[in-house]
Amino acid sequence: MQNQTFPLRVLLAKPGLDGHDKGAKIVATLLRDAGVEVIYTGLRQSVDQIISVAIQEDVDVIALSILSGVHLEISRKIMNKLREEGVDTIPVTIGGVISKKDIKELKKIGITEVFPVGSSFDSILEFFKSRTKKVEI
Amino acid sequence: MDDTKKIIKEKEKWFSRQIDSSKIKDRTTSWGLDLNVVYTPEEMSDGDYITEIGFPGEFPFTRGVYPSMYRGRLWTMRQYAGFGNPEATNARFRSLLDQGQSGLSVAFDLPTQIGYDSDDPRVEEEVGRVGVAVDTLKDMEIIFDGIPLDKITSSFTVNPTAGIILAMYVAIAQKRGIALDKIGGTLQNDLLKEYLARGTQMFPPDPSLRLIGDIIEYCNSDVPKMNTISICGYHMREAGCSLVQEVAYCLSNAIIYIEEMLKRGIHIDEFAPRLSFLLCCGMNIFEEVAKFRATRRLWAKMIKTRYHAKNSKSMMLRMFSGCSATAFTDREPLNNIARGAIMSLVAVLAGNQAIHTTAYDEAYTIPTEEATRIALRTQQIIAYETDATAVADPMGGSYFLEHLTNEIEKEVEKEMARIEANGGMMKGIAEGSIQKDIARQAYEQAKKIQSGDTPVVGVNKFVSDADEYDVDIHQADPDVIKHQVQRLKEIKAKRNTKQVHLLLDEIRRTAASSNNLMGPILAAVHEYATMGEICNALKDVFGEYQENF
Repeated sequence: MQNQTFPLRVLLAKPGLDGHDKGAKIVATLLRDAGVEVIYTGLRQSVDQIISVAIQEDVDVIALSILSGVHLEISRKIMNKLREEGVDTIPVTIGGVISKKDIKELKKIGITEVFPVGSSFDSILEFFKSRTKKVEI
Repeated sequence: MDDTKKIIKEKEKWFSRQIDSSKIKDRTTSWGLDLNVVYTPEEMSDGDYITEIGFPGEFPFTRGVYPSMYRGRLWTMRQYAGFGNPEATNARFRSLLDQGQSGLSVAFDLPTQIGYDSDDPRVEEEVGRVGVAVDTLKDMEIIFDGIPLDKITSSFTVNPTAGIILAMYVAIAQKRGIALDKIGGTLQNDLLKEYLARGTQMFPPDPSLRLIGDIIEYCNSDVPKMNTISICGYHMREAGCSLVQEVAYCLSNAIIYIEEMLKRGIHIDEFAPRLSFLLCCGMNIFEEVAKFRATRRLWAKMIKTRYHAKNSKSMMLRMFSGCSATAFTDREPLNNIARGAIMSLVAVLAGNQAIHTTAYDEAYTIPTEEATRIALRTQQIIAYETDATAVADPMGGSYFLEHLTNEIEKEVEKEMARIEANGGMMKGIAEGSIQKDIARQAYEQAKKIQSGDTPVVGVNKFVSDADEYDVDIHQADPDVIKHQVQRLKEIKAKRNTKQVHLLLDEIRRTAASSNNLMGPILAAVHEYATMGEICNALKDVFGEYQENF
């Protein structure tokens, strides 16, 4: 018997129309360099598209990147849809331009973690590493 | 020559006398060139003053595009503004004009930039969020209500839908009886950089290029004072590329636009005078001023020797510059006022024709009215309280600056040659190789900020324990979408829908032919065809872009 760590699978998605993908791409590289499997959706994904990829790819975390200010609306839609599909156990994170007030609100909506602009690489890695599956075989 | 030799010898002596190499920190430029401790005439001895530096207003325009620069006329102070609803945008514009702003700059919401109507369920949360929503000519009529189109210029930050916004602006002028040769401004209309950085692309690259060509051709004959395109390096730089690549990508994209126009049988001197540029102004004072000077010289030489322009106006690179928003921090945001002042001063010293000072809160939101006013005041203070405007190219002749100007010119030429050797920008964009390169550099830069190798005051240096200032994000007015949808409904009920459908068919037919699309778009706009309807008609023929990553 030994502990084996499996790579975490993360769906990194940009919902909405916002084209600012610098942050998403930086986080994708950061996580890949740390051994995380990252599926990046590209720009302008609808909530339905994101959730259908998340289910198909059996991801461990859905990470959203939103810089246009629509994080509350999109989060509500995502969480509702996850519940509808019966997969609301998948944790959802959000990165982007987000105020402290909204962080509280997002957590109430059901978002697991929020990484506002300026979040340290360490804090991002720490979160995702804590999600890495340890399976006994 | 003897003088230079003497200086070199004396400099060597000075160096051994004064400098202990083990005690000085290595410094390089942002693109990795090692820097001396001091620069002397030695570094200026290889270039000829008359051919390489010359005089302002004359080839190769290193020292500026106009002979007397700001003594003749100040730059245009152009602050980007646009709020959810057209009425609020109109009010802000009137207030900016009252405060002495000389040109308007319209921020559109994302649905307008990408071609969706406000009643499209796919975009409901985006309506009026990052700018003003425009569904039909009616919205543009409200935005410009009471604003004399023949007295001001307007800049439109819009790309795939630039032709439709232009048509609406033209339609307002026509309805008010203003001659089209009296209206002017700038369309961003630079689609290639959208695939690389900004992300509002709608059609695949080839039809996008055709649309740009149609707009340039139309303005040439009908709206001669419109700057038809603002070829941007800014967004790639903000996305992560180097200062050298910023210029190289920008000029390489310009080559594609030029060749599209030449292919149409239009002479370089017929359209080049209306091309304009947007470059980023970062925090490195000397590098940035050198970059603008090098870019002017590169452009002038390229247009003259490669494209055989005769009109010196074609060789003049007219520039709009915006402060780097990525230099701004969300920590201690008031420090951004200082950063904005430095970058704006740099833009002035570099000889820009229009300048946008980023508002201190713009790193995270549409600026508040106060932040916008401070940004405008920053430029006014530089213009009226300092001597930065007193002479043309005031930093010219600095040994260091001239050295950097020469180095940047060489590096950009190398990078452009490398792009061409790899098959050109269109290929690089289609394959995603340039996007990947930009993303990799963005990651490296972010790592350097994380590690503290790149100092950022208040972020990784002199970090304060004080309570963090919480951002107050501009809240979209929830009524905006209601009003937009309502207005759209009323317009649709009032207009001649049969006629609109005929005109949309005409757009489809023209898109499938090689005729200019501006005529049919203008006709449709006059009949209140919507942004979404016109874009969908074009998508029927052009298809939609699929990202390659």
